[in-house]
Amino acid sequence: MKTKLLVFLFLVIGSNLTAQTNSIKNETMADLMRSNGKIYVVVAVVATILIGLIAYMLRVEKKISTLEKDLKK
Amino acid sequence: MKISWWKILSIVLLAYAIVGGLLLPVPELPQLGETIRNLYFHVCMWFAMMILYTFSVVYSIKYLRTSSFKFDIKAKAYADVGTFMGLLGYSTGAIWASYTWADPNNPAYASFGSIMREPKLIGAAMALLIYGAYFVLRSSIIDMDQRARVSAVFNIFSYAMLFPSIWIIPRLLPSLHPGQEGNPALNFNDIDLRMRIVFYPAVIGWTLMGAWITNIKIRTEMIREKNIL
Repeated sequence: MKTKLLVFLFLVIGSNLTAQTNSIKNETMADLMRSNGKIYVVVAVVATILIGLIAYMLRVEKKISTLEKDLKK
Repeated sequence: MKISWWKILSIVLLAYAIVGGLLLPVPELPQLGETIRNLYFHVCMWFAMMILYTFSVVYSIKYLRTSSFKFDIKAKAYADVGTFMGLLGYSTGAIWASYTWADPNNPAYASFGSIMREPKLIGAAMALLIYGAYFVLRSSIIDMDQRARVSAVFNIFSYAMLFPSIWIIPRLLPSLHPGQEGNPALNFNDIDLRMRIVFYPAVIGWTLMGAWITNIKIRTEMIREKNIL
């Protein structure tokens, strides 16, 4: 029973995936991310790292600022 | 929390350097291909290192003139982050070189020996090791005033050693590394206009990011040493 269910599930998921590739072709955003040898994917990855780095820097900055404020009191 | 204008400038310039650096057109050169875009990242690390080391030596001289302990903290923090940037520059250069200098027909370790004999690489390693000695020297002296004074003098020596090791000697010897004549990347004749509009903002952006990290290190240290300042 379980195996049959699993096989059925995989089949459903698989059919979904092919459906996705067909429908995605017409969307502009997906086209952009897949154009030019997918360089935009690299941009997105590096931008994510940069955003993470900056978010971290801002967090540390905030912590230090509160510490400095506490010290002044 | 108030963010200084130069920290925001750093964020803006880095965002531009990464998006523009990866997407804007670059000259097509044999052998280099798209790796020419590394100019916006690898070379900027060295620029940031040099500028941070300059700040460090200025604060060391200020310490020797005034004996004010906070200048010692600043000199140490700038040297710290400068060395960090230098190590990043060295490792990014190693990756870049292994795909542009190494002979693809030979196994990587066969080219490794000749790559490591590059005068620019040896010079950069020397400069970084001298700064390594600066940190070892610092941590080996327990007395605070003595540590600050001796390391300030050594810092001036390390900065002076940067010039023969990364500026002069590599230019006297043949090398695969660009920038044999004149100032690499600063010369207006050897860098394409399309690259200059990304490269200069990228240098400023990465340097300011280094300065931001240093700023946080200094403030942490100031809080830690609040009793003696």
